[in-house]
Amino acid sequence: MSTSDDNAKQISPEAAGDDAAASSSEIKNKEQGNGFGGPVTLFFILGFAVSLILGWVIAPEMLYSQKKQPIDYNHALHVAEVGDGCESCHFFRADGTFSGVPKLELCVDCHEEVQGEDPNEIKFVEEYVVKEREVPWLIYSKQPDCVFFSHAAHIKGAQMDCVTCHGHIGESETSRVYEENRITGYSRDIWGKNIAGFKKNSWDRMKMDDCAECHQKEFTVQRTDVKTPINRLLDNFIAVSFPGMEAPAGIGDSVQTQRDACFVCHK
Amino acid sequence: MKKDKRYGMVIDLDKCTGCGSCMAACMAENNVPFREDESNKLLSITWMRVYKLTNGKPFPETDVCYLPRPCMHCGGQHEGHSPCVSVCPATATDYSLKTGIVSQIYTRCFGCRYCMASCPYHARYFNWWDPVWPDGMEKYLNPKVSPRMRGVVEKCSFCFHRYQLAKEKAYIQGRRELAEDEYQTSCTQACPAGAITFGDLNNHKHSVYKDKKNPNAFRLLERLGTNPKVYYISSRAWVRRAGDNYLRNEAKPAKAVQHG
Repeated sequence: MSTSDDNAKQISPEAAGDDAAASSSEIKNKEQGNGFGGPVTLFFILGFAVSLILGWVIAPEMLYSQKKQPIDYNHALHVAEVGDGCESCHFFRADGTFSGVPKLELCVDCHEEVQGEDPNEIKFVEEYVVKEREVPWLIYSKQPDCVFFSHAAHIKGAQMDCVTCHGHIGESETSRVYEENRITGYSRDIWGKNIAGFKKNSWDRMKMDDCAECHQKEFTVQRTDVKTPINRLLDNFIAVSFPGMEAPAGIGDSVQTQRDACFVCHK
Repeated sequence: MKKDKRYGMVIDLDKCTGCGSCMAACMAENNVPFREDESNKLLSITWMRVYKLTNGKPFPETDVCYLPRPCMHCGGQHEGHSPCVSVCPATATDYSLKTGIVSQIYTRCFGCRYCMASCPYHARYFNWWDPVWPDGMEKYLNPKVSPRMRGVVEKCSFCFHRYQLAKEKAYIQGRRELAEDEYQTSCTQACPAGAITFGDLNNHKHSVYKDKKNPNAFRLLERLGTNPKVYYISSRAWVRRAGDNYLRNEAKPAKAVQHG
């Protein structure tokens, strides 16, 4: 042991020298490391950018197939011709149900024969009216089978405007491309165009959340009177601490959720 | 008259002949799937089911009673504490405080079948398979009722789609309230004997309001406290007694507590 200690003592100056050499080489390494870190960081930034492009641009492109309407329909032209606005063709039946996209029967009222020179009208008359075939319109706003939507409740009951959910479709001069989700088969109008989920207009998207957004507001207004004092205190607290945040609703129709019952819109 | 509706049914068992029209009408109205071989009743789906009760006595005293059983739309001891609603972990079944109807949202259900275990009336059924309709029959399906998929629970909805349609008509005509005849279930209308009446139990203008107060009215398994919204009327004491479980030597059944 002692010998080794001696040895250690003997070599200590050398070791010290080594240490110095090591520290200087560490500094060199660090300098080299900085030089090496550049490409690595760049690699990650590039990778991040590529992932973003893949996820936000290419994936949505791949997810949706582009379909054209069988007839390029001019809403603006028709709205100018008919007397009753949207309800001229998209009318309510006497039993309260909504007709939706008109059937050929209604179009034939005016288009029994070709009236103008528009190739779309000629195509429509020749291929559908003469052959008595329904036009296979692609419906941008088609909801899944399990959804019950009452147009009567919204248009007649709540006096809402068509534009609120459908946008300014009545002013369109051409039928835009119908984007169909390859997996679900539903229109992209339901999910919305913006991949980040931002919404500029009320009609940008028609998912369940978007229904809930409006109903939640209505609901909070209607039900504030039935809140217990403790709830009201909590609401005030939330309103003060988190401005802009929706105050939780009171007791709704639903026992499970205390909001609108699921059964209102789901069947 | 309370503002909120409590839709319910009164079934006169003295009028019921056990013909099964209500069952057939219900199957057709609600797109209830069926199979080629329905001999195993544990696998059958019957939202409305007619049971046969007997008094178990030999010939001259023998007696039979048919008892149609839809979902009871239990309110529970306090409104909404229905056996099934209180156990559902998926918020797939719900109790509406507006109509008193117990709903089932098929797309939310994940098929744990807890509600089936909790339902004392066996009113809930599980889809062991995707429905398969005979060729061409899918064209006869009711578009107002979504067909169910494999792996979810379903049950009688009191033909809720008819309520929705009636409401739509009311909106068009500028009304909010429904008349009694505007919303009737399929089984009610199909019963040739007129044994089933349907309406708002809270509305004194509806016939169910009077009928539920009939001295011969009773509800199934009333003592469990499920507070069902389906009432039965029978002039026969043994039938009324068969509606609940009693000890062999138990005294006269306690008079039902009238809820809602």
